[in-house]
Amino acid sequence: MKDFWRRFSRNRGAVVGLVILLLVCLVAALADVIFPGSPWDMATAPFMPPGEEGMLLGSDSLGRDVAAGIAHGSRISLMVGAVSTVAALAIGVSLGALAGYLGGWVDDAVMRFTEFFQTIPSFVFAILLVAIFTPTIGSVVFAIAVVSWPPVARVVRAEFLSLRSREFVQAAEVLGKSRLAIVVTDILPNALSPIVVLSSLMVASAILLESALSFLGLGDPNLMTWGFLIGSGRSVIRIAWWMSVFPGLAIFLTVLALNLVGEGLSDALNPRLARKRGGAA
Amino acid sequence: MTLLSVENLTVALPPGGDRPHAVEGITLAVNPGEILCVVGESGSGKSITANATMGLLPKGLPVTSGRIMFEGQNLLALSPEAMRRLRGQRLAMIFQEPMTALNPVMRVGEQIAEAMRVHGVGGNAAARVIELLAAVNLPDPAATARSYPFRLSGGQRQRVMIAMALALEPTLLIADEPTTALDVTTQMQILRLIREIQGRRGTGVMFITHDFGVVAEIADRVAVMQKGRIVEQGPAAEVLNNPQHPYTQGLIAAVPHGGAMMTPPSTAPLVLQAKGIEKTYRRPGGWFGPKPVVRAVHDADFVLRKGETLGLVGESGSGKSTLARCVVKLVQPEKGEIVFEGADLRPLSRGAWKPYRKRIQMVFQDPFASLNPRRKVGDIIAEGPITHGTPRAEALARARELLSLVQLDAGAMERFPHEFSGGQRQRIGIARALAMEPELLIADEPVSALDVSVQAQVLALLADIRARLGLTMLFITHDLRVAAQVCDRIAVMRRGAIVEQGPTAEVFGNPQHEYTRQLLDSIPGRGWTPPVLAAE
Repeated sequence: MKDFWRRFSRNRGAVVGLVILLLVCLVAALADVIFPGSPWDMATAPFMPPGEEGMLLGSDSLGRDVAAGIAHGSRISLMVGAVSTVAALAIGVSLGALAGYLGGWVDDAVMRFTEFFQTIPSFVFAILLVAIFTPTIGSVVFAIAVVSWPPVARVVRAEFLSLRSREFVQAAEVLGKSRLAIVVTDILPNALSPIVVLSSLMVASAILLESALSFLGLGDPNLMTWGFLIGSGRSVIRIAWWMSVFPGLAIFLTVLALNLVGEGLSDALNPRLARKRGGAA
Repeated sequence: MTLLSVENLTVALPPGGDRPHAVEGITLAVNPGEILCVVGESGSGKSITANATMGLLPKGLPVTSGRIMFEGQNLLALSPEAMRRLRGQRLAMIFQEPMTALNPVMRVGEQIAEAMRVHGVGGNAAARVIELLAAVNLPDPAATARSYPFRLSGGQRQRVMIAMALALEPTLLIADEPTTALDVTTQMQILRLIREIQGRRGTGVMFITHDFGVVAEIADRVAVMQKGRIVEQGPAAEVLNNPQHPYTQGLIAAVPHGGAMMTPPSTAPLVLQAKGIEKTYRRPGGWFGPKPVVRAVHDADFVLRKGETLGLVGESGSGKSTLARCVVKLVQPEKGEIVFEGADLRPLSRGAWKPYRKRIQMVFQDPFASLNPRRKVGDIIAEGPITHGTPRAEALARARELLSLVQLDAGAMERFPHEFSGGQRQRIGIARALAMEPELLIADEPVSALDVSVQAQVLALLADIRARLGLTMLFITHDLRVAAQVCDRIAVMRRGAIVEQGPTAEVFGNPQHEYTRQLLDSIPGRGWTPPVLAAE
């Protein structure tokens, strides 16, 4: 574990990312303390620029505090990112494991099914799903999970294919372990590092997807989200730039932080590759 | 006059390694027309010595002192440009892996011609290439020159590499384990080829190897390396037959002696009977024409009696591993019977096989790949019995006992496989198999990935356990010396079929099949009997 931290912290960007991410989480956790009351409530006059009337990041067209909106929105964004990633992992890992371990026609069937999902542009598909199921937070999470599992399935399948023929898996086979036990105790722990790296990137793209959906007005109408904030500021961007810019910065920083952490994780989990990259630079 | 003299060479290792220097105070010399064998176990620094001479050391390993004198100039003081001119022209190198040393998308003739053109002598390259390919005894040199590397076998590629190395008639040839990746029969051909070419041209050769058999086959002089130092150096006959340093004595004592045991034919009850097993691999072919078919196993009947060890020997691709994997259902044969104590195992389902898993166990080849890197050693050994219903506490207690049986201390239980050396891992693998208290043990090349001294320890352990527990063993190996030492009976496989089988002494003493004779002739250093040392 100590070793893991040493390797992780050698990548400075990753440490910066982790700090930003922790800050975002902190803001999300303390949103009710820093900005008590609902972010939908009117707090001041409309269109106050940042710094005036005690509005740190300005107010929007209805006099709502943009900073409060960002702080409360971070909860929804992080939650959507985390939950939809967990759901996508559950689908992707089980299908990928099934295809990679069993091989043969099961592999063929699962991979064709996966390709079917991959041929549809994921954003268009997500819009379609949300439109069909009416925009609620549940349907948004569901839509994001459904469009983001195929890469997981492919990665897991590839890992399983190569691990399946390794001697320690054959040894487990010879010991008479059940298939499920072999998959869970022998193969999966060894396939974990790419899954961990991939999932940190998936959280980032889930946050982006959710923001994009909210921007288009397909988010949950009862929840304050970053995408909604940008969407509502879009029409008045010439007179109130802060309405779109600050939520945009929040998305940018969070996604960047997740990507940096993902790269750091990949370095820490595959030390051989990291050293090579360091040597080439 | 010496051709190459390495004087007091020291190469540093990055700080934090297990020792401060990769090699320390190395002094050796190669004379024209002489083969110097540098021999040592893995990690002894023999490849570092070769790479330093070629100027191929990685940046992390700086030379801290010493000189490398070649034809009157110090190679270490040369500019990269001057070194580049020497390399290939005066100094040439052959690598271990012929499979990866050639550019896969370039015809081999082109590659050899390129080597000449780089040094500005490509004028009549086309004719020279064919001459060279003929000189390394490749059949139909003109056709070979036009083929891509993937069309050639490992031995043929190594010949191409040698031809390339010789293209500019270097005065010094460095060969880094050039035959290790090859089968014995091919190894013998390559060794003869190097010897012949070296004799014909008077080239000096620095030959790096870990195999004392190879040393006995070709060396004029020998330098033995241990942990970065040369511990003994001298004429081959001297070092091989009268080693002075205890390390050399130990290494030579560990060389499998190849003396076959005389055992009376066993009349014990049959444990395993393989009848008519056939396994064929079909590669997906095109839409037209037949699919390529590889008959991995056919005509390979054998029986195993209680308490005996049958050796399955053959070269790579002979189907010996596939046959063993058929027995434990890692590979599903399409025909035949595998009768274990009266029951045919082949048609059994996964579930019906489970009771037999306890009774038939396997030890794998690669100690680095055969243990799950994410599990503790105690769990690895205990998980078999736990799977079969032994309570966890009891299985772990048993694992502790087994560790002492395989000569590891109980502290190993809580550690992960990567904390152990190759030999120790192989012991863990053996303990895992023994935890099931099997009646039949299948050992698939259990010592071929290990250094010779470790190999001797593991073989001794297997012999001891076998005698103590009365195990029946199917022992797969490509090394005939090991087979002779371990097995009661031998079955020789070639291209999926057993071509000869019988008691070990008989097969080795009086081989009937022409292929067996060829294999026996190819054992490197067969003319040399390791001396029985006082140290033993």
